[in-house]
Amino acid sequence: MSDINFKEVLLKPIFKGNPVTVLVLGICSSLAVTVQMKGACVMALSVIIVTGLSSFVVSLLRNTIPNRIRIIVQLVVVALMVILVDQILKAYSYSISKQLSVYVGLIITNCIVMGRIEAYALGNKPIPSLLDGLANGAGYGLILVVVAFFRELLGSGTLFGFRIIPQSFYDAGYMDNGLVILPPMALILLGLIVWIQRSFQKDLQEK
Amino acid sequence: MNTNGNTYTVIYSVVLVVLVAAILAFVAMGLQDKQNENIKIETITKVLTAAAQADENVSIDENTDVLEMYTEHIIDAFEVDGNGEVKGHLELGKDDPRKIKVPSTADLKKQNDILKKIADAKDEAGKTSLLESLRLPVFIFNINGKTITVIPCYGAGLWGPIWGYIALDDDGRTIEGAIFDHKGETPGLGAKIAEAPFYNSFIGKSLGEGETVFAVEKGKHDGIPDCVDAISGATITSQALGKSINLWAKYYQPYLAKAAAPVSEVSDTPVQDNACTGNQAAAEGDETVK
Repeated sequence: MSDINFKEVLLKPIFKGNPVTVLVLGICSSLAVTVQMKGACVMALSVIIVTGLSSFVVSLLRNTIPNRIRIIVQLVVVALMVILVDQILKAYSYSISKQLSVYVGLIITNCIVMGRIEAYALGNKPIPSLLDGLANGAGYGLILVVVAFFRELLGSGTLFGFRIIPQSFYDAGYMDNGLVILPPMALILLGLIVWIQRSFQKDLQEK
Repeated sequence: MNTNGNTYTVIYSVVLVVLVAAILAFVAMGLQDKQNENIKIETITKVLTAAAQADENVSIDENTDVLEMYTEHIIDAFEVDGNGEVKGHLELGKDDPRKIKVPSTADLKKQNDILKKIADAKDEAGKTSLLESLRLPVFIFNINGKTITVIPCYGAGLWGPIWGYIALDDDGRTIEGAIFDHKGETPGLGAKIAEAPFYNSFIGKSLGEGETVFAVEKGKHDGIPDCVDAISGATITSQALGKSINLWAKYYQPYLAKAAAPVSEVSDTPVQDNACTGNQAAAEGDETVK
């Protein structure tokens, strides 16, 4: 297993094999928690930690897991990580935890986490699995932050809660776009990102 | 080793689950104090937000130190029973803001259960003892010279509990501010009770005189002077909110009536020895209350 290309493990999930735009996983939460940058960043960080640690732990256990109950074992490990993250958010970042509401708990059902465990962690050593998990989480987080950037900027005129679009624009008749706040626009933004990515990476286009 | 045998599988899953449960229990216990602290601060923020709506110069945002603001504005916080008697004070935290005592939603639920029992009580004696066992929280704030009384309400929404805090003027009836929260009402419908456009519509309404008549209803509200528009698509949550406000306000009436009419109470005693000083005492009494 010494021939693992760490650069490829780390970079592929972020761009060429992005879990959201290429594999189209984790769409639900990327529509729901991208209204503001702050929430999106915390969500991204939570998913990075959960995918990384779950892949790592499952990879450590991979030779002991009974094959018949492996999905259940994976689920228990993922659930453990998610509840830990949820509890820590509730204790140290209560307002954001309220804003993310059920979506932290729903990381358990995020296909990216289970998908990477099944596809990678079960057959690879702990360190590459950890990196693969972190990178996939980061690929998801990147899309989340990009979508949140446009949604907060166009929808509320702010970034991280700070006003970006000056008051003079509003005085001149500019208005925040209420549609951007709603989930449908997030889906359209996501579609635009997929379009842009595919126009650069021709090999992703279906014949 | 055969990792696919039945014995191995059973032992493996038991060990894994026990281990995970132990880790979670340990973490949950370690973080509990901190989480309860957050929930308490949230409750304080709600109570304060309701009171602060009485004055548009007082505002609360993310960066406000709510504990400091609470100790700055609070005059008194206590519990009353169903007869309007004050039964014990809540820690105001003037010396140490961390000691501020506010009722949790579990406390409100307990009182709500007693309220329901009173409604079902068959005999007068049982009803009286239940009324006396009530411990309804009251918060008195001074918002830029205005005396604001904040009372909570609690009830069952569509999916889970809903609760809120209502700020009253010193007549004990006019609503100066209100704020609501819920455990799990439908997002976009019932959950809107926790949003400003809805709770702002309570400002200026009255809880009604004597028997409280207050409703959150849709459509035309003929014959109900103090009615707030219900949320479209959330009839059950809206009506439940109206009902719980009514129920709670009813048992606050004895206290609110006493608090709103201190003049007659104070003037009763001095009138016996001298009618002239009696009026003066009444005026003074009025002053201290304000």
